[in-house]
Amino acid sequence: MIAVAAFYILSAIAIASAFMVVVARNPVHSVLFLILTFFTSAGLFVLLGAEFLAMLLIVVYVGAVAVLFLFVVMMLDIDFAELKAGFFTYLPFGGLIALILFGQFVMVGGAWIEKSVSAEAIAAPTPAAAAVSNAEAIGRILYTDYIFLFQSAGIILFIAMVGAIALTLRHRDGIRRQNVTAQVGRTRAGGVEMTDPKPGEGVVL
Amino acid sequence: MIGLSHYLAVAAALFTIGVFGIFVNRKNVIVILMSIELILLAVNINLVAFSSFLGDMVGQVFAMFVLTVAAAEAAVGLAILVVYFRNRGNIAVEDLNLMKG
Repeated sequence: MIAVAAFYILSAIAIASAFMVVVARNPVHSVLFLILTFFTSAGLFVLLGAEFLAMLLIVVYVGAVAVLFLFVVMMLDIDFAELKAGFFTYLPFGGLIALILFGQFVMVGGAWIEKSVSAEAIAAPTPAAAAVSNAEAIGRILYTDYIFLFQSAGIILFIAMVGAIALTLRHRDGIRRQNVTAQVGRTRAGGVEMTDPKPGEGVVL
Repeated sequence: MIGLSHYLAVAAALFTIGVFGIFVNRKNVIVILMSIELILLAVNINLVAFSSFLGDMVGQVFAMFVLTVAAAEAAVGLAILVVYFRNRGNIAVEDLNLMKG
């Protein structure tokens, strides 16, 4: 009973906040509603018995992606009211497309017959929750059957990191940087100058 | 009782909202990227729901890979956005015709 109530509350909040993401006037509010959507979706994952993925969703999306969005939104100095100007121009067309798409989803869902899947069609059966925790069950197949895909995911993340740094890196002139070679290679001959100033004239630096 | 179709309905609604967001926010790249994140989240809900109701762990592993690609896509997309803003001073995607493509 509590699970049913939790499902309806979480999914209602998720859909409402997802809608607010796309219609919010202020992009900062959009990002905050996006975070709310991710949190409620993590709750849905917990209801489905995928605790590890729920925590991963919070750590990766809320902790990294949403904060990155928030950082970019706040860093760029943009007139967001101007960007929102065409909202009502596109609203009828976008609404029509969305309605057609949702109608198609409903039709597919209505035509779909839930059959029991045969045992040999299941690649990695879920072990009993009492015996093996969700994280351990994922680890058992992720690090054995899917080790190649796991390492490919690591390479994708690495390339994304290199790409993001290479795109945003900017070499600016006229900035004093530390030059270790010049500092270490400094000698007395180049650094010290002996002068013999006359009284009252001082030295020219 | 909550069945598979309930979760699929939630995922379909989130997916539709994501597509709707791309259409109504055509000038604002940041909200378009957020809409793409919503679409990927809907896909993840589908994968996890099927994984849970069919008793197959592979769906959750695949959802993890979708999560990875979504994170990489957000990082590179926002980096491109920052560079574009630095060059042009705005982020209006309608003016994205520098390459005359």
